[in-house]
Amino acid sequence: MADQTLPTDAWPANAAPSDLISPGRKRLGRALMAAATLGLLAVIAVQILYKTEVDTIGFETWRPVVYAYVLWGVALGIGQVLTRGEDGQRALFLLPALLFTIAMVIFPTLFGFYIALTDWNLSSFSGRKFNGLDNFWQMLADPYYRNALFNMVLYVLAVLVEYVIAFGLALLLNAQIRARKFFRVVFLMPLMLSPVAVSWMIGKSLMEYRFGPAAELARQLGWENPAFFSNPITARISIMVLDAWTFIPFMMIMLLAGLQAMSREVLEAARVDGANAWQTFWQVTFPLMLPVSVTAIILRIIFKLKLADIIITVTSGGPGGATDSVSSFIYREYRDRSNVGYGTMLAMAYLIIIIVFVTWLLKFANRFVRNVN
Amino acid sequence: MSVQTTDYAASEIRSPASFFANRIFIYGALVFWAFICLFPIYWTITTSFKTAVDVTQGHLIPFVDFQPDWKGWRSLGLSPDSIFRTSTVRDEFIKRFMNSVITSVGASSLAIVIGSLAAYGLTRYRYHFAWFKNEDISFFFLSQLILPPVVLALPFLVLYREVGMLDTRIGLILLYTLMVLPIVIWIMRDQFNSIPVELEEAALVDGLSIWGAFFRIVMPIALPGMVAAFILAMVLCWNEYFFAALLTSTDAKTIPVMVASQTGSQGINWWSMAALATAAITPLAVIGIALERYLIMGMTAGAVK
Repeated sequence: MADQTLPTDAWPANAAPSDLISPGRKRLGRALMAAATLGLLAVIAVQILYKTEVDTIGFETWRPVVYAYVLWGVALGIGQVLTRGEDGQRALFLLPALLFTIAMVIFPTLFGFYIALTDWNLSSFSGRKFNGLDNFWQMLADPYYRNALFNMVLYVLAVLVEYVIAFGLALLLNAQIRARKFFRVVFLMPLMLSPVAVSWMIGKSLMEYRFGPAAELARQLGWENPAFFSNPITARISIMVLDAWTFIPFMMIMLLAGLQAMSREVLEAARVDGANAWQTFWQVTFPLMLPVSVTAIILRIIFKLKLADIIITVTSGGPGGATDSVSSFIYREYRDRSNVGYGTMLAMAYLIIIIVFVTWLLKFANRFVRNVN
Repeated sequence: MSVQTTDYAASEIRSPASFFANRIFIYGALVFWAFICLFPIYWTITTSFKTAVDVTQGHLIPFVDFQPDWKGWRSLGLSPDSIFRTSTVRDEFIKRFMNSVITSVGASSLAIVIGSLAAYGLTRYRYHFAWFKNEDISFFFLSQLILPPVVLALPFLVLYREVGMLDTRIGLILLYTLMVLPIVIWIMRDQFNSIPVELEEAALVDGLSIWGAFFRIVMPIALPGMVAAFILAMVLCWNEYFFAALLTSTDAKTIPVMVASQTGSQGINWWSMAALATAAITPLAVIGIALERYLIMGMTAGAVK
């Protein structure tokens, strides 16, 4: 291999390197890629035959296929450099991430769509049975799933309240204050801490009905019966508060960056024109902050759509499924009933809903920002 | 991100009274929110030093309404008097803790390596894979951010069982890498875009290969961005619960799973729970205070144009 490589790095970057590669080297690269592909296919074929009990040679698990895929990726990379020279070296930047993501996302998602069409309970011995759209019809009739979707709408709407608070905090931090760095670190703290550990401590002990300080405070403020998690509405609000506590800093930091990037002259001009603080905010600051705000809100909504851990730890969806998010509902569908087939169908339906919703949201946000500015 | 001192306060002063009212309001609000942020942490830490009575009576201030006790830490085997004795709980805790460290550092490192390379390639070269161009590839990577964990969780449960990677750290590392990769690519793309291309062109003229230029010229400049992306990835991986709860059982369990599984049948041991929670949040609290600059840099990458 070595005697066939040309010193490509001696050439300037712009010279077309493809015609400088000897045919032998190209052939070597192609052969390598072909051999690797054949090897990968062979391993897969052997394994399929073994698992379907057609032949007796094979491996206990599918892990060799994973190794074969990794080796195939390496061979593909080397082959690219051999056959395409500098272009291949460029492709090498992208290949690892691309092969990784494809293997980790595309294949499992396709596999997921297949599982979604089967009746498969891990705790029963009958194994998996293809049952077509049965799971889908069951899903449509499932009141708990509908309820979980409805909760997601509420949880997403709560982002607007979080946004208002985060904006207020960003304004505070951007005002002329002492110890700004101290307050920034303190305000950032909730984001760093494990939501599970913290929501456990807040949800189960601070808000504990009998002795929690939060319940005590609520009693002082005149709430007779501060049971945060026993009534569906207060339980939902409590979950929203816990989640907001964790994620407000995230929006706050983005908005603060936006405020700090704003030019002083514009604000100065507004003040010279005699605008008071209130007018300056609504007519200068807020419109200028709109693009950052939209980015922050959309990112926050995307994170919100994944909400699960707090609900699983604090309420396990209770009371009666009132606080369930889609993720926590599916989690319990698997944990309590081992119902992989149905759970996957719910997850896939959720994925499609999310894709449609986020696409719409991005389009809407784009148009909104353009119209206002 | 540098802190800009705002120097327009002079024009704000209309009358001393309204100035002071303004100041009082601002500092009042700041202190109030600081209290909201810190009180749960304070509660967690103090509860780990309480006995049962102190918890159920809602005592708040150590030495004033209750006498601190090592009970919570002793149950973890981490109090001064039990630290040198053998303790199965402590061994368990250390195992979980190391699992968390290994998975989050491993996943963040892997994501930084492949994510930075991809981001660099995408900002510098034009690619055509079949009908996919740079924009499509970028979109493909970033769109993974939308993918909720629950969609991948069950297929991965089945696949990992087949591949023998269920309940292994490497399995978690791969999934966490996937989870933080879009964020890393997002941050690094922003970083590389801010580095002038002329630097590399000069390096290429001087005889470096494109990979040489990347490692010797670009990477040192982009290092702060990499640190920022790494820390943000660390935070997300350390705190991840969903995958860990589904895909691990005995060997690869991480700290959040251990915390969440503490609810025993005979009620809750608040003190040991609080000690565990304190131990789980301390590493990130320290990182957050020490490396706050990088965290903010990571979070604001690409947000402000």
